[in-house]
Amino acid sequence: MAGKLKLYYFDGRGKMESIRWLLAAAGVEFEEEFLETREQYEKLLQDGSLLFQQVPMVEIDGMKMVQTRAILSYIAAKYNLYGKDLKERALIDMYVGGTDDLMGFILMFPFLSAEDKEKQRAVIVQKATSRYFPAYEKVLKDHGQDFLVGNNFSWADVHLLEAILMVEEKKSDVLSGFPQLQAFKARISSIPTIKKFLEPGSQRKPVPDDKYVETVRRVLCMYYDIKAN
Amino acid sequence: MSGKPRLTYCNGRGRMEPVRWLLAAAGVEFEEIFLETREQYEKLIKDGVLMFQQVPLVEIDGMKMVQTRAILSYIAGKYNLYGKDLKERALIDMYVEGITDLMQMILLFPFSPPEAKEKNLDSIKERATNRYFPVFEKVLKQHGQDFLVGNKFSWADVQLIEAILAVEEKIPAVLSGFPQLQAFKIRMSNMPTIKKFLQPGSPRKPPPDERYIETVLKIFKK
Repeated sequence: MAGKLKLYYFDGRGKMESIRWLLAAAGVEFEEEFLETREQYEKLLQDGSLLFQQVPMVEIDGMKMVQTRAILSYIAAKYNLYGKDLKERALIDMYVGGTDDLMGFILMFPFLSAEDKEKQRAVIVQKATSRYFPAYEKVLKDHGQDFLVGNNFSWADVHLLEAILMVEEKKSDVLSGFPQLQAFKARISSIPTIKKFLEPGSQRKPVPDDKYVETVRRVLCMYYDIKAN
Repeated sequence: MSGKPRLTYCNGRGRMEPVRWLLAAAGVEFEEIFLETREQYEKLIKDGVLMFQQVPLVEIDGMKMVQTRAILSYIAGKYNLYGKDLKERALIDMYVEGITDLMQMILLFPFSPPEAKEKNLDSIKERATNRYFPVFEKVLKQHGQDFLVGNKFSWADVQLIEAILAVEEKIPAVLSGFPQLQAFKIRMSNMPTIKKFLQPGSPRKPPPDERYIETVLKIFKK
């Protein structure tokens, strides 16, 4: 059905959150179907809606898209958030790759044991402050522009803001020592579409809790222990 | 400066192998620098050429590119292996990402402890035969074309032939039950650039051995 944009995932962040961010940043409305039961998931499987038997799945422009990165790239290109040429796209892809790796450390966090959570929190902060944040701080300092790539708002900016906020949830003063990123955070947060997404009542999902972990485990029959990487 | 892309990585497959495949498939010659010592790696970091302190690194068109996916997307875009429009690109991206998930299991396999290896091998076989290969078998059967997307050779085809061969090295009979993929494998292997890459003396790297694992652990130990 033309115009219908629908997200299929759990009622929580996980791998779908970056997609919610990007759509919201682009000012695009979307519907969501939340997986609560194993039966819902099995129905999607039986209907052949999940190419590799996995969610996220996004119905967009007549396609049932899976694979988070593919979905994000399509949305970025469609809504002109992917730079003006191949080289700008290369930079955006590189930067998004980095923030993706950083957020990957946080993705599994809710599934860890209490003891592993403490260790992982330290890993997240260490990676953020010694590997990732310095890289983006330098990019912004070197060109002195408002946005990461091509002096234009892009997917890279949305993804970096998302990552910054997620790391701050683990350590609130993590941006001290990164003045460019502090200014970046303030700037991007005040872009109207993003500002709206950051307000209560938006489709942004809260920090994952035990209920979310329970739901994922139940729907995916994923009862094994998750170890930190 | 020769103008050829320059790859910096360990002398083995790892995360760089898909890049070698794609450049070779596109008929693009490239140079390689092999990391043998921790000192070489630390020098790269000190020189500030690794944006996130990681390899692969590909120097191409004046850029020092890192992040494998970014590198591959750039090469695919530059050499017309990325479909003709956004929707074809979406299909290629979906297929490549799925295959990459399978390849990730193979990538990590040599580094798993001995007692886990049999279980991991079973997982690779299970995923390949129940999740990934059936998808591409069906895609090829449904449109009856030679290539996965848009009746034209693309990055998705290169990624799939690489994956098929990598899985076959572990599970030789894995394609039995997948006639479309068997035919696809033969077709792709006979394409001139790929045929050349599959011959001895090409930049293609052999399966990881003890020496490769040792080198990786030595250079990247935390």
